[in-house]
Amino acid sequence: MFALIDCNSFFASCEQVFRPDLRGLPVVILSNNDGCIVARSMEAKALGIPDLEPYFKLKSQLEKNGVHVFSSNYELYGDLSNRVMTTLEKFSPDIEIYSIDECFLSLKGMNMDLPKYGHLIRKTVMKNTGMPVGVGIAPTKTLAKLASRIAKDSAKCEYVCVLNDIKSWHAVFRKIPVNKVWGIGRRITKRLSDNQIYSVYDLMKQDSRQMKKSYNVNVARTIDELNGIECYGLEQAPEPKKQIFSTRSFGQKIINCSELEQSVSQYATRACVKLRQQKHLVKTITVFASSGHFVEHPYSRSAVIKLSTPTNDSRQIISVARQAIRNVIFRQGVRFARAGVGLIELQPEKPEQLDAFSPTQTIKSKELMVVMDEINKRHCPIVFASQGLDQNWKMNRNLKSPSYTTRWEDLPRVRT
Amino acid sequence: MKLIPLSYSDSVLRFFSSSVAAGFPSPADDYVEKGLSLDELLIQHPSATYLVRAEGDSMLGSGIFSNDILIVDRSLTPKNRDIVIAAIDGELTCKYLNLYLRQLVSANPKYPPIAISDAADFIIEGVVTSSIRFHRSGLPL
Repeated sequence: MFALIDCNSFFASCEQVFRPDLRGLPVVILSNNDGCIVARSMEAKALGIPDLEPYFKLKSQLEKNGVHVFSSNYELYGDLSNRVMTTLEKFSPDIEIYSIDECFLSLKGMNMDLPKYGHLIRKTVMKNTGMPVGVGIAPTKTLAKLASRIAKDSAKCEYVCVLNDIKSWHAVFRKIPVNKVWGIGRRITKRLSDNQIYSVYDLMKQDSRQMKKSYNVNVARTIDELNGIECYGLEQAPEPKKQIFSTRSFGQKIINCSELEQSVSQYATRACVKLRQQKHLVKTITVFASSGHFVEHPYSRSAVIKLSTPTNDSRQIISVARQAIRNVIFRQGVRFARAGVGLIELQPEKPEQLDAFSPTQTIKSKELMVVMDEINKRHCPIVFASQGLDQNWKMNRNLKSPSYTTRWEDLPRVRT
Repeated sequence: MKLIPLSYSDSVLRFFSSSVAAGFPSPADDYVEKGLSLDELLIQHPSATYLVRAEGDSMLGSGIFSNDILIVDRSLTPKNRDIVIAAIDGELTCKYLNLYLRQLVSANPKYPPIAISDAADFIIEGVVTSSIRFHRSGLPL
């Protein structure tokens, strides 16, 4: 069995954690340089505000409806994401951070009341971090993804859905369009509809061997997965990712800094390969390591590093990851059980979003040194390339919320 | 997991059990002192702990002054007489919790208790486990 834990409207929920006044209200988040809407709270979706539309086009509609607008704040999102993932480590020794707001847990060999466990996960994450999540539990990852979707869409599920007896769900599967299935993209959806395959049910009734010939191996695997046959283990997926995480539990505990740096370098390397394969650059990186939850004194640290220029250069990313380990995460005496690197803010290689102040690729390495010096200087996980760049960056994101959890000057204010 | 690492405290408070004298290494050096960490002292559940800043005088009697940093653990279940952070009508506030009278109580006679049932929108966000105050000017923050 797998569980998929998926944060509800993650970016918008992050903005609401320290702003109780915004809970239940429409909130939208803008992309880099405040160009497009990239995330919407449930309430904003209900108002019919479209996703991925340019901000300037919608500005008056947003104002008229009293929608709260934020620039993206990846320091906050990265930190809250790490808190959610650490909380989830409690619930399984085997987890895969799939994206900034989604995590698979392997529930293999764990005998328990699954709906109850799902609700416990949801309650605990909400209590400890303030983040609302949905939980989908099923025999395969593809079904778990579908279950988490049903968990959110169907009010009677109360955000937890267990798909263990697949036959009893056929009626529901008939109503879900096939493009909602994990790994079924727009092109495949078009071809499927040409062949009168419209719903999840239509797809799962196809012969996977036939479909492997007429489509591809991923479609065949997806069909098997929908029928409860496991094709994807943890760390395996049918499609490119919105964020790239590379993380692993160690065979043997690591107690010294250089070994931890080495392991993180490997994960960074692996993540960079994926990054270049999907032709993206990374802007924000998170690095984390922990002792695992099942020890006497659990220890876990993470850092979020903001690069001044997007890059896909492994050397640069490795180097930043190692600095984070050395200066923020490593602690003498801790037996580390797992570590990882997440490339959390990505952008396509082209077109590169350059503005008048953006440094060009040629001075990248020089800036890197600045970034590292900053990490050295401030024992603080959030790093800006320099004051000058910081200013420039602020200019482009004038609606950004405070970095409540990562900057001393931004701590939430509480009335006493 | 991370809160803001208080790592500079390590170097301030760290001490070592064996001397640094030249010569052959002491067998005791195998047992490296970890040093004292304020994180370890003050933060039990790092991924559920947030830092907030107090603003106001309603908790003076409890020793919480304006501008103090409060350490808030969300994972704890609030008990009677705990100091809690609550969201009331969209605002974060810090008060004593009186479970029996269902009230949020200030530590300053100037402010009357707040009945929990009166608040249209009430939720306890976490328990204040300790507070930090700087006693000298010119320190960071």
